[in-house]
Amino acid sequence: MQDQDTSVAASPDALRQQLQQIGLELATVEMMPDRPAAPLSDLVAAAATASAGCPAGLAAALSLAREWTSGGQGPLSAEARGRFAIWHGWMEQAVTAWERGRPLPVWPADLPRTEPSPRPAPPRGAGEEQAVPLLPGGIDADMMQLFCTDCEDFLRDIEQGVLVLEERPDDPETLNTVFRAFHTFKGNAGMLKLVVLQRVAHELESLLDSARRGQLRIGRPEIDVVLAGADLFSRYVAAVSDRLGGRQTADSVALPVPAVIDAVQAVLARRDVAPPPAASRGAAKPMPPAEPMTPAEPMPVELSSIVSATEPIPDAAVAVAPTPPSAGPATAVRQAVASGSVRVDTGKLDGLIDLVGELVIAQSMVTQNPAVSGAADEQLARSLAQLRSICSELQRTATALRMVPIRGTFQKMGRLVRDIAVQLGKEIRLVLDGEETELDRSVIEEIGDPLVHMIRNSADHGIESPAERLAAGKPAGGTITLRAYHQGGFVVVEVTDDGRGLDPARIRRKGVERGLIRADEHLSDREVLDLIFAPGFSTAERISDVSGRGVGMDVVRRNIERIRGKVEISSTPGRGTTFTVFMPLTLAIIEGLLVAVGDQRFVIPTLSVRESFRPQPGAVSTVQGRGELVTVRGRLVPLLRLDRHFGIQSAFTDPSEGIVIVAEAGQETRCLLVDSLIGKQEVVIKSLGETFPPGRGFAGAAILADGRVGLILDTTALVRIRNHTAETAA
Amino acid sequence: MTTLPTTSTGPAIAAPGKYLTFTLGQESYGVPVMAVREIIRLCPITPVATMPPHVRGVINLRGKVIPLIDLRLRFGLPAAEEHDRTCIVVTQVASAAGGTRPYGVIVDGVEEVAHFTAADIEPPPDFGGAVDARFITGMAKAASGVKVLVDLDLISAAETAALEMPSADKPPTVS
Repeated sequence: MQDQDTSVAASPDALRQQLQQIGLELATVEMMPDRPAAPLSDLVAAAATASAGCPAGLAAALSLAREWTSGGQGPLSAEARGRFAIWHGWMEQAVTAWERGRPLPVWPADLPRTEPSPRPAPPRGAGEEQAVPLLPGGIDADMMQLFCTDCEDFLRDIEQGVLVLEERPDDPETLNTVFRAFHTFKGNAGMLKLVVLQRVAHELESLLDSARRGQLRIGRPEIDVVLAGADLFSRYVAAVSDRLGGRQTADSVALPVPAVIDAVQAVLARRDVAPPPAASRGAAKPMPPAEPMTPAEPMPVELSSIVSATEPIPDAAVAVAPTPPSAGPATAVRQAVASGSVRVDTGKLDGLIDLVGELVIAQSMVTQNPAVSGAADEQLARSLAQLRSICSELQRTATALRMVPIRGTFQKMGRLVRDIAVQLGKEIRLVLDGEETELDRSVIEEIGDPLVHMIRNSADHGIESPAERLAAGKPAGGTITLRAYHQGGFVVVEVTDDGRGLDPARIRRKGVERGLIRADEHLSDREVLDLIFAPGFSTAERISDVSGRGVGMDVVRRNIERIRGKVEISSTPGRGTTFTVFMPLTLAIIEGLLVAVGDQRFVIPTLSVRESFRPQPGAVSTVQGRGELVTVRGRLVPLLRLDRHFGIQSAFTDPSEGIVIVAEAGQETRCLLVDSLIGKQEVVIKSLGETFPPGRGFAGAAILADGRVGLILDTTALVRIRNHTAETAA
Repeated sequence: MTTLPTTSTGPAIAAPGKYLTFTLGQESYGVPVMAVREIIRLCPITPVATMPPHVRGVINLRGKVIPLIDLRLRFGLPAAEEHDRTCIVVTQVASAAGGTRPYGVIVDGVEEVAHFTAADIEPPPDFGGAVDARFITGMAKAASGVKVLVDLDLISAAETAALEMPSADKPPTVS
């Protein structure tokens, strides 16, 4: 494989392919830290070949990376893995820059310079090694096992702690955590008579203790040393696990103990020397691995914009509610790197989710098979119960794989609000709430545009100018609150402003002007407010850059309905407006009513069902012998008989033998007549494919519990068909 | 979808190679083996209303929903009772979005995988309008008789195209 890769002609594309390979290998290494660095080393070498003719900075970065792999000897240190993650993010941007003929992005300050560093080489690999017994005399295997389990926890604490310390070197809590980890480690090692390890832990403990007391400032060299120590322990723990698991027979493992001890002492010896210029604050942060930045913005710029959003902006006085320092974006990013994430093609994920769905169906078919369910074997019943619980857990986990927090989308809005405020000379504060709410990646992609429109609308039309606000007895600065939370099976996103609110009378006037409603039409306030979602409606007095082109709110509703969500609006004049968007957790799953029509079953999305009932005999009236109407809460609603519409043989003709489902789409309502309700269930939506074009009343298909396909009704289309009813009844 | 291959002179002649042959009534047909994904037994079909009769509906193929076409009806042959040799050939046809998509066809029974050389394959004769020859790519002479080679890409593409045309040629299916 490598031969093929190296033969690729040098070009940004070829290098990008190599980088993808490297990315995969890095992901593998994150999962298997013991994996030798040799494959990575080969890949980096191949990338260097593919980079002929590239800018000098890229070539230097590649040769630097080759040094880090130390020729493929042994596994990568945790530190090297972290470096590679950052390096990889930078490389991807650099290749794009090369391709487009732009200057390379700024070299991350977290990484050593591309010139040979004046700093001494990390202690790892330097000097001799010392053998440490894997099964110390007089200690049984269970004890060692326990020791290993404990150690793994400590090592995790240490690694994560160190990453936090890189950002905030004097965070007392983190310093304590790391100190305690080494301290307990020392105690455990002493108990097991592992004198050598005890000594190393002791040295590191002293280092952390000095830092705790403020005698030593944690900088790069200190972190290198701590990580080298942690590596040493993790190699020992891995070796012990291998020995206990029978994967290794040697009774001892050689570890670079003297080198680590020397390094710690060297650092401690410098403790009263002035700390090196702190590379901590403002150091470049690695990109979240799951979301490559837009190539137009080199990484440090993009990040600083997120960070600066938490600081007051003088000229516009706009501020995003500051996130607590302990959960700042940089830390979150750090943790994402530390916990090790893997990029997976969404196609593969969907395939997995499909298969899990099938597994659940197969499982229920087995359990419900009379030959099985009738068996009086208790053992079998227990096993089946276990199978069932594993299957449902598996399904839950598989679905959760696609979920991501809405945070990223929310944070982008901070920038938008600031820009609008500057442009309009207003003071607007954006408050974010519930950013950790998770929903499907595809939903998050779809919600961005509608959110932008709603926020623009609030900032432009909702929030008044400072003078206007002061005159109304309000604070000069307006507030827009962006809130996300779960409700039922949905994710709700609210955009609330404390502006002037919507004036129903004015909207009504505009609606008449635009010919959207008749002057004498009777509408409730809610229906009037809904007019702003009508195509071609805009209440803006002037056309501005920000909004008011008459496109926007109708697009909002369309986009949200496309992902099977809905949007509502409420407003109090003088107090403000709230847009409430209900969205499915995922585009892949909907909650639906399973109904029967003749011998067929259909799924009706619950979100579009207002209510269902069995009509009284005579509740259905006929108009001109054709169209049928049902009285629903005092209003006449047109009836669509699904059996006739779809040409299905139903068991009855009198509607009072069936069930009426009141479906709504936007402001329109229609009753759908079905034979019976079977139940409510969550189904995974599948596309019907090209053979079946959209707009024919079906939104997709779902695999039902018995493995058959059920069609999901497109309620929007069914509610909005106009003349068809007359044809149908004719 | 809008760029249907011009079918005025008929499609290109079938290439030599391996073909899966199957029966529809007394006739025998063949499709390239490379286009066949698998052969499965008849399974419960969910009809999709408002579609022409030869589109029988959709089936669940291990979690994927795939369309099912009745080739008999597609070729204008009379409908037949299903029997134990009736089966579904799951094929891969060209997708308008690029790549391929699964496409199931119901056949009366599969026969064999046969290798046809260029000499075995003759261009489709001129049926003089008596036969819908749009999808026929050749006639293969085999020991067991003549096999009509058809192009499922064209059939599936015509499906989609027909549905996008005004519904004039498609009587409403409502009662």
